[in-house]
Amino acid sequence: MNLIQIIFWFLSSFAVISAIMVLVSKSPVHSVLWLIAVFFAISGHYILLNAQFLAIVNLIVYAGAIMVLFLFVIMMMNLNKDTDPQKNIWIKLAGAVSGGCLLMVLVSLVKQATEINGKEAMLGKGDIGLIGTLGKVLFTDFVVPFEISSVLFLSAMVGAVVIGKKDSKLENN
Amino acid sequence: MHSLLNINSSTAINYLPIAIQLIFVIGFIGTMLALSAITGPKRKTKDKLETFASGIEHHGDARSPMAVKYFLIAILFVLFDVEVIFFYPYAVNFRTFAADPTMAWKTFMAVLMFVGFFVIGFVYVIKKGALKWED
Amino acid sequence: MTLLSFDWPLLLEKFVLIAIIVFTTLGIALYTTFGERKVAAILQDRPGPNRAGPFGILQPLADGVKMFTKEEIIPTHANKWLFILGPGLAMVAALMTCAVIPWGGTVHIFNRDVVLQVTDINIGILYIFAVVSMGIYGIMIGGWASNNKFSLISSLRAASQAISYELAMGLSLIALIFVTGNLSLGEMVKQQQTHWWNIVYQPLGFLIFFICAMAECNRTPFDLPEAENELNFGYHQEYSSMKLGFYLFAEYINMIMSSAVMASLYFGGYDIPFVDDNLLYNSSGIWHTLAPFCQVGTLLLKIVFFIFVFMWIRWTIPRFRYDQLMNLGWKTLIPLALINMVITGSLIILKINHWHF
Repeated sequence: MNLIQIIFWFLSSFAVISAIMVLVSKSPVHSVLWLIAVFFAISGHYILLNAQFLAIVNLIVYAGAIMVLFLFVIMMMNLNKDTDPQKNIWIKLAGAVSGGCLLMVLVSLVKQATEINGKEAMLGKGDIGLIGTLGKVLFTDFVVPFEISSVLFLSAMVGAVVIGKKDSKLENN
Repeated sequence: MHSLLNINSSTAINYLPIAIQLIFVIGFIGTMLALSAITGPKRKTKDKLETFASGIEHHGDARSPMAVKYFLIAILFVLFDVEVIFFYPYAVNFRTFAADPTMAWKTFMAVLMFVGFFVIGFVYVIKKGALKWED
Repeated sequence: MTLLSFDWPLLLEKFVLIAIIVFTTLGIALYTTFGERKVAAILQDRPGPNRAGPFGILQPLADGVKMFTKEEIIPTHANKWLFILGPGLAMVAALMTCAVIPWGGTVHIFNRDVVLQVTDINIGILYIFAVVSMGIYGIMIGGWASNNKFSLISSLRAASQAISYELAMGLSLIALIFVTGNLSLGEMVKQQQTHWWNIVYQPLGFLIFFICAMAECNRTPFDLPEAENELNFGYHQEYSSMKLGFYLFAEYINMIMSSAVMASLYFGGYDIPFVDDNLLYNSSGIWHTLAPFCQVGTLLLKIVFFIFVFMWIRWTIPRFRYDQLMNLGWKTLIPLALINMVITGSLIILKINHWHF
């Protein structure tokens, strides 16, 4: 075992345990915190693959921005009421069965995929994940998707404002 | 493996010191918290451990819904933050693009178009009063 | 590559460097609290702390010992583990920033060239952003776990304020990266050693960054989360002992770190003004040995200057109202930063292409 393998196994087990804790935690705030831990582990994996920009953007956007949004939403919920919404054993069972089916499909898919069979990830090599290379590719080959993504952001903003501002508008009328 | 850390700032090994620092800092802070918990006096009374509400009895707890404005700020932040992140790969390559006469204005126009959509969204948000704090 | 063939001396070197930097930062933060009280006293024409030791120089140590030995209070209605996690997280985030800040050139010691920077990653600034956005959780979790309405409102305010000003901060830096062409702080400082300091090219960008840094540190006039006339005490209202100390300390460390970042980005970092640093390094004798330490001293002086400006502003300007704060962040700074970015970009392209399209 060399250093990279040790780090890999540590990060992987950390990610899996945190992910399980996201599901098991009773309190939604705990779940969010464990989810942040998962993002950290995944960023660690990105760094092992030398995808540095992706790693840091994963931290800034997912762990830093989207999780803050999640926390805001949870703080806006009324947690005094029954926090455990589903007590029905049959619904839990159905959820477990369908989740297990999805897992099976995913595992078999990964095992059968010929593209990744017998290939190894490039560890700490390659510079495709560096910010400079990424920028070159983004602004030469992928200009159109880049612009389209800005349209997507615009529509998301409109959606957020329409949903978020509905109440006050009704009051004014 | 010799002194890889000092040669090139774009290899993954550069992040190892950050991991060391994280472990160091967490260890230090954990020790400090534990030590201060041990050294302090412990005289727990019921009144002392009540939630502080300026001397009056507290009513209910703080697990109640908050204003939707904060939520709106957060969701707009997520969207604008991703847009801002998109500028960084361009900014890093800006010098190389600018030095190439064929690429300079083409890429800059692409970015300007992106900024244009950004501004349209921004103006829409402001016009709709999503950032107006007093309703 | 086996585990044993790893460059262990290098690891040890980094560990020692980290320990020195972290403890020095803590020491400076300790004395920044003292400085704050002294500056406030001078500005308000009173003597300030002067009992503990000569000129009150031992006051911060006394404060620290007192805080350390106070009783730990965890309110009955609080969420125990999150209550402890909050201040810890705030402190971890504050102390992680210093990893990418270049504190000086290279020191030659024990036959090794030690770079006075924990690590020079090529996305240094984005790393700082990531760490800063983690710092928000410390406040949010602490405020929420206290289960106190004042704390909750305060933490929501703090988080909204921090995320709002993060946007303007990110945008203001893009124009700077147009000028420098990379995100590594070490590289930026090296560029400024041979050219002008970046403040010459980016005065507006610096102003925006400075205001945002002040808001991120929750300093007056942006200390709405600690507005005691509205919220009693702020998000750390239920805290006592070292946990309270961590929150207060994290604020001062953030102030030091943002000063260091501002100095490195816009004011040449460890570059000694009016002196050619390379000449100093290449000279023989005592100056050759002292050169890196002179650089560290220069950076520290710049940091002290910025901290003084922070304090000066704090004791001069009253607090904003919350809608004023939000309007300044969203409706003034973000458009300004965008305009600054577009103008900088076009000017640089025009200049490189000799002023024609």
